[in-house]
Amino acid sequence: MATTTRKKALVSAIIMGALSIGLYALLFLKQDLVNSNFGKGGAYALLPIATAFLFSFVHGSFTGNFWTALGIEAAKSKGGK
Amino acid sequence: MHDAVAVVSQFIDLSLWTVLYLFAMGFVGGLVSGFIGSGGAFVLTPGMMSLGVPGLMAVASNMCHKFPKALVGATKRAKYGQVDVKLGVVLGISAEAGVLYGASIQEGIKKAYGDAGSNLYVSTAFVVILAIVGGFVLRDAIKSYRAGTTNDEEKLTKIARWVQSVNIPYTMVYFKALNARISVLFTIPLGFATGMLAATIAVGGFIGVPAMMYVLGAPGLMASATELVIAFVMGVGGSFKYALHGMVDIRLALIILAGSLFGIQLGAIGTTYVRPYMIKLVMGVIMVTVLFSRALMLPVYMSQLHLIGEMSPATSKLLSNTSFAIMMFALGLGAFIVLKAMWQGKREERLRESAGALAVERI
Repeated sequence: MATTTRKKALVSAIIMGALSIGLYALLFLKQDLVNSNFGKGGAYALLPIATAFLFSFVHGSFTGNFWTALGIEAAKSKGGK
Repeated sequence: MHDAVAVVSQFIDLSLWTVLYLFAMGFVGGLVSGFIGSGGAFVLTPGMMSLGVPGLMAVASNMCHKFPKALVGATKRAKYGQVDVKLGVVLGISAEAGVLYGASIQEGIKKAYGDAGSNLYVSTAFVVILAIVGGFVLRDAIKSYRAGTTNDEEKLTKIARWVQSVNIPYTMVYFKALNARISVLFTIPLGFATGMLAATIAVGGFIGVPAMMYVLGAPGLMASATELVIAFVMGVGGSFKYALHGMVDIRLALIILAGSLFGIQLGAIGTTYVRPYMIKLVMGVIMVTVLFSRALMLPVYMSQLHLIGEMSPATSKLLSNTSFAIMMFALGLGAFIVLKAMWQGKREERLRESAGALAVERI
């Protein structure tokens, strides 16, 4: 059971990790474009906010699956508390 | 506020070291935030400023990394049943008002007394609040450790019992974290104070979490998890306000986020392995250590304002560097306690599992 969960998490981690790396690569390769548009203020304020949400979803999913794939998960019982 | 075009030119160049430095700080900050609901920001903002990022932009970029981080942390901890979304949103709304008021006070002080005056105000707020609240939290954690009651349910304080007993018609709301109905009127000043502190020292949780625990009567685990909801609500509003003026350097925010999302997941997992008093212990230790760091800076700002005699540049630099080093130490110490407690908890779980398997074999 635990092995299946870890395998599933590994697959998700690889997919989301690749997506996350892609997004970060895009961010740094297009730095000039980002800097010149994201800092304009006004209606452009939505750009950094939307980007932060997008990264939190993709990268957050990757990091969550990353720890699960390594076997680092929440305590199974409440006994530790 | 600021001219957006002028701000764009203030975006710093990123080197590999800058990226690694921000990533590592993000990870440690995230780990602590995942565990106690806040923290990290007090090191990240000065950390960015030490790279040459202008103060206001450091605050804005830090806030823009905080809300997605809080969202991920809150989602994770909600899976463990530790989050009270309703309480978080109610407190978050009044916290937003506190942020706006706190920021306007800051601007007023800056106008009247300049940067040194503003820094002195921030550091004094740090020292006074951390001494009172941090001292109380740490004392409570040590007391329950000494009394051997670390496994027990947390007892309600006298004030929490009173708050839960007051009935003000038309304002009563049930909150899961408290397992009681309380008047929302009590939540307004607490949220407001959390927001004001967030606008002043960047870590609203140092008021928000103890307020939920001691004034409203929420268990430590629920309080620290619900703080993440407050941080999210405050963070979205605050980031948008700064972004309207072009103050957010999204690259900095996302590099820190890259590290902090690894940290926050780990910190959230850590809460399932430890006894509740550990949340108070980590929070108290960090608050009291940071207090010393800020106290060292008071004479520097006082000398800049000519309230005391002149200080040589060498002494002032030494105090600033020592202060920053103590802050890093505080965060590192917090992270160390979290990881150690998690490691111990995991080992105990393994031992229990193998003991259980052995008992089954014997049957």
